[in-house]
Formats: sequence, structure tokens, C-alpha cells
Amino acid sequence: MIDFEIEPSVVKRVKMFHMVADGVMRPISREYDEKEHVEPEQYFQTMWAANAMAGSSIDAAKKESDAPARNPMRNLYTVITTEELCWGDAGLFLATPNAGLGGAAVMAAGTAEQKERFLSRFRSGQPKWGAMAITEPGFGSDSSQVTTTATREGDDYVLNGTKIFCTGGDRAAKSEGFIVVWATVDRSVGRPGIKPFVVEHGTPGMTVVRTENKLGIRASDTAAIVFDNCRIPKDHLLGSPEVRKEGGFKDVMATFDATRPIVAAMAIGVGRAALDFVRDFLKQQNIQVRYGISPRRLTALERDFMEMEVQLKAARLLTWRAAWMMDVGKHNNLEASMAKAKAGLAVTQITQKAVELLGPLGYSRELLVEKWMRDAKINDIFEGTQQINMLIVARRILGYSSRELN
Amino acid sequence: MIDFELSDEQQMIRDSVGAFAIEQMRPAAREADETGKIPAALVEQLWQLGVVQSAIPEKFGGAGDARSAVTGAVIAEELGYGDIALATHALAPRLFTFPILEAGSDAQRERYLKPFGADKFVPATAALMEPRFDFDTTMLATSVRRDGAGLVLSGKKCFVPLAADSEAILVYASSDTNAGYKGVEGFIVLRNAPGLTISEREKNMGFKALATYGIELKDCKVGPEARLGGEGGIDFSRIMSETRVAIAALGVGMARAAYDYAREYAKERRAFGAPIAQKQAIAFILADMAIEVDASRLLVWEAAWELDRGEDALASSYLAKNYVANSVLKICDNAVQVLGGHGYIREHPVELWLRNARGLATLEGLATV
Repeated sequence: MIDFEIEPSVVKRVKMFHMVADGVMRPISREYDEKEHVEPEQYFQTMWAANAMAGSSIDAAKKESDAPARNPMRNLYTVITTEELCWGDAGLFLATPNAGLGGAAVMAAGTAEQKERFLSRFRSGQPKWGAMAITEPGFGSDSSQVTTTATREGDDYVLNGTKIFCTGGDRAAKSEGFIVVWATVDRSVGRPGIKPFVVEHGTPGMTVVRTENKLGIRASDTAAIVFDNCRIPKDHLLGSPEVRKEGGFKDVMATFDATRPIVAAMAIGVGRAALDFVRDFLKQQNIQVRYGISPRRLTALERDFMEMEVQLKAARLLTWRAAWMMDVGKHNNLEASMAKAKAGLAVTQITQKAVELLGPLGYSRELLVEKWMRDAKINDIFEGTQQINMLIVARRILGYSSRELN
Repeated sequence: MIDFELSDEQQMIRDSVGAFAIEQMRPAAREADETGKIPAALVEQLWQLGVVQSAIPEKFGGAGDARSAVTGAVIAEELGYGDIALATHALAPRLFTFPILEAGSDAQRERYLKPFGADKFVPATAALMEPRFDFDTTMLATSVRRDGAGLVLSGKKCFVPLAADSEAILVYASSDTNAGYKGVEGFIVLRNAPGLTISEREKNMGFKALATYGIELKDCKVGPEARLGGEGGIDFSRIMSETRVAIAALGVGMARAAYDYAREYAKERRAFGAPIAQKQAIAFILADMAIEVDASRLLVWEAAWELDRGEDALASSYLAKNYVANSVLKICDNAVQVLGGHGYIREHPVELWLRNARGLATLEGLATV
């Protein structure tokens, strides 16, 4: 039966996440936006301790894969709580010490033994990060163009190449973390040759050469990494070593069906931050937003605000649907891309409109609104640009392969 | 718990109304739009769908079903997928019966709901819109004042579906324009009431198969028994939320029709050596349509769900209706665009849907869930 009610136990958790967003993240939001490459150490410790208390999400995921009944709405839950944390600060959210996208790749493609070997570390010790490195200077969207090579030498693989735009890569390398690197074992076969390899922190031959200066999400480190004869044991190849048409690349691409709704939820959190701020501001100014009157009689301000509001609702409903589909075992490739395409664009527009509506105040770095506009933009780009997601939607609805429509 | 799946019963209803829409409504749509006439046999088939009788109490010959706005939205979407003018013709009597079901006194329900258990179509309607460019449901110009024991209605209405064939019309008038929705009441006015005149049939841009009329109330006197709900009045805000959800749901159906049609056309039509659907310019238009149909539906369902929970759905229904008004217009416009020159000819249905889409945005109170 159609139902949009979040169950009470989840509402309770969301309230806790909101306290973190409002009480831990917001107070340091501006500081770590201004001080882009300074580590928010206190934040790391606070979140790591909170995570240890709650049980890491990867732990929960592992438990879930053993006993799916334990957490039947896991993806929906993640989407809802992600929105709440990113309402706080999207950059700090991405900077939170956890297994991250690296962990997601291990979960998607790793053997049971690899999951234990690489993920158990997130339950204890000091803050640490997992990261995933895909993009290279020569490509972003066209991920079949991997040039980083993984050459088999005895019982090792040797990695050579350069990765850029690796979220959390610097912190993963400097902590007891790891980076999952997409490299090809055979360029001549294209996609089937691309495999995910785990590179442990401290491995000789892996060097973070740069962390980027960005428009937004500045608290999150975005690393450029060079692999120069970087030697890793053969059992760091996630999953199976054979070059099959299935497996490897496809497994990790499948993680995007799960992560796309989460990235959409990130955007929605930022969008809601802007919307809530404008709503509160209008209330303080005694400016009414009149639902019910003839739309032609709305002031420009009311119309703009309502447009922000409904676009956010639409994006959120599409995102919840995509996550729900995963939870009930439905294939959600189309719906995940719909949600990401919609949310990325909608929140870009919502946050830009928020700066506009606040006039000179919106432009000042005394308010967080301008930061939210800068933070929002990345959601239209990473984890599949808006255009790539539209292309995926188009292929699915038309029944076309990537060769037929590109 | 959050759930995006319709119940088994709702899915069955959706499938059967959907089949009817494709098999019976769609083939009749163009002719009905050109001539302004709906074949009598089709009107009776629409009646047999039971959308009016379902909520009529059993003692009056109806099915006595509980009302569900979500189910109503599902049905309206499928009817809109067939043809929105035929759909609003079929749904028009509910403009009269639903408010009476909600707010009518026992005497009013007894007197006015009984005819709807019949096995032939019973025309009925409500008069809401007014012929002013600045029409606003929160500021109705049609007024009511006391005159001794009776009431006097004055004003002009437009876009009243089926008025000329209806025994009675539910007229919305305001006793206090400063009170917004709270000042609005409903009055059951018989067709032969002194001071009520019905105009010639209106000529509209779209919805041409739907017979709509203007009515004028010149010191139209009615007795106190005509006031819907007696002293308690009506919850006009809720009635407005219900109409917004219905109109928006109809719009989702029509938008989906336009999207389906444009998509299939684009897969067949070839240019520059390939189907035009393989060109990004066209493919992205179609992808945007697909996303917006789904987004529109979810917004409608959320507002309908709030209605079913007895919540105040003012904001969500208002936002949903305005969103759908924009999205369906854009989708239908894009459907014409995808068909190019052929989309402009009154042969493919897309130009008809575009004309209807503009009406969907303008028209208020044309259907209810």
C-alpha cells in the first residue's frame, strides 16, 4: 500500500542525526570551508567515536548480507539519514572517517574473506578511511578508458598510472585505510579487463601528489594519486582473477545503483538546508507564502520559493523510490539514474535561487547560503554527471545499448 | 512504513481502467474533439466503470465503497491516459455527489444522492470558476446573502461541465470574501430556480468533447435547505485539495500518453541514417519526459495519501497541481516537438493533448477524488 510515513524508530534515529548535523557539523561548517586543507581532527574523533558506538554502517551491511531480515529497509534508511547529515555539511559528511566508496566496492566485488580482511579495521582503532580511485586525467564519464595498468608479476600485481578526483584518497593513504583502484589487466579487451584492486596505505609506489582546491565540499579531500611500480599481493584483486565478460567492472558499476540514490540524498540535504533557511528568513520578515491562492496572483518571491519546495519534494520522492526498490529486491538502474539526474539539477537550481532571493545577504560569506550553492554543484557532476544519467535513462526507456545511443 | 507499491486491488483497477482507456476512449477521442460530441454508447460505457456509483451508499443503489484519494488518483490517471475530456465528462457527476457525501445533511443525502444508483449516466455538476482574468478560489465573486428565511445568490460562473443537462448544480459562493476558503459555502441549485440562467455551450481551446457552460445567478433565491451542510457548512479547503489531486492525476495520465506516443514515434521515425531516438537531442527530451511523469505521479500520490489520512493537504495538493500543470504542458509541448511537422496536424493526438494541457493548468474544480 502506498505509504510515505517514516517509521517511528527511524524518525528517532533521524532526530539523532539532526543533532549531529546541527550541533557538530554546522558550528564548524564555515571554518573548514575557509581552511580547505586543514584536518578537522576533533570532528574526526567525534564521528569515529559515535560510529563505534552505533556500529559501523559496513558492519551493519555485513550483518545484513548474512541476515537480510535484520535491516529490511537499509538503503532507504541510508538515504534518509544521509539527507540529514548533508543538511549539516556535505563536505564534512564526505570527510567522515569510514569505509566510504572503497568499502562499497569491497562489499560489491570482494569475497567473504576479503570483506573481513579489509573492512574489520573500521570497527576499532583510530579514524581511518576507505576510498575508490577511478577517474584519470584522460577520462571521467568514459570509464572504459582506464589506462592505469595492473601487470601480473609472480604472486603480485604491479600498478602503474595516475588517478585524479579520488574522494578521501589523501586521508585513506595517511591513515590505516586503503584505496580501491580500477586498473586494467589487459587493455586490448576493453571493459572486461578492468578490475578493482585494493592498495593498502603505505604501499611503496603509491603517492598522493596533490589535494585539489575546490569550488565546494572543501572539507572533503580530493586526491590526485600516482602509481609508480606499485606492488600489491595478488589477493588484493577483489573477487575473481579471470578476465570474464562479467565480473569486476560490472560488479563495481553495480555499486553505483546503490550509491546513486545516496548521492541524490546528499544533494537533497544541501537543498533542504537552503530551503529551510529561506523559509525561516521569510517568516522572520513576516513575508507570507500563500498556498491556495490563484497561482497567477503569487508574488515572484512566493512563486520562486514554492518552486524550490516542490522541486525538492519531487527529487526526494524519486530518491526514496530508488532506494526502496533496492530494499525490496527490485532492479533499480533506471530509477536510480532518474533520481540522481533530477536531484543534481534541482538542487543546483534551488541553492542558486536561495542566494538570489536573499539579495546582498545571500552573496555574503557571513551566511552559509553561498556555501550551500557551492557544495550543491558537485552533485550534478560526480558519481555520474547529469548528462550521463540522462543518457542512462534514455537508453533504458528506449531499450538501446550504449552503442546505439551515446 | 514507506512503500511505493499499489495494493493488488489497486493494480487490478489500474489495469482494467487502463485497458478501457486504450480500447474504448482513445479511438473515440479525435472525433469527439472535432465534433464536440461523445457517442451515447460511450457515455454509458463510462458510466459502467462505476466511478460515480462506487461511493454512493448501497441503500441508494450504489456500491457503498469507502473513498480513497490514492485509488481515485490511480483511476483518474488511467482515464486521463485515454482522453481527458471524456474522463472529465465521466467524473463530472462526482463534483456534485462527493461534497454532498462529505458534508450533506441526512435529508440532502437522501434527496440528492438517490438518483445516482441508476444504471444510466446521470449528469450532475458543480459551478466554481468565474469568468474573470483574476479568478481566485480564495476570493469568489459569486456571493450569497440572507433574505429573510431564504438565501440569495448573485454572480457568474464559467466552465461548468454538463450544466445544461444537470437537474441540479452545486454552486460555490462566498458569504465573506475576506474569509478566504472559510467564507465559501455550497448551494444546491435546481436548474429551474428563478434567477438562474445557463448560457450557450462554451467554445474552448481544448477539452472540446466536454460540454461546458456559463451560468448566471441574478438574485437567485434558494431556500435554507439548499445550503450544503446546513449551519455546519462545508470544508471548502478540503474540497479544493480533492479537486487539485484529481486534476493533477488526470494530467499525469495525459502526460504519460504524450510521452509514450512521442517515444514510440521517435523509435520509428528515421533521419540522418538512424531513428531520431538515437540522437541525444531527442533522447534527452524523452528522458526528461519520463522523469517528469514519474515525479509528477509521486507528488500527486503524496497529496492523495495525506487526504486519505485525514490530513490537511492544502500545501501538498497545491504544489502538486501547479507542478503537474507545468510538467504536463511541457511534456505535451515536447511531444508535438518530437513529431515535428506531423505533430502540428490534427491527426496525431499530440496537438490535442497540448491544447488540453493548457486547459489543465487553467481549469480548477473540474474533477474530484
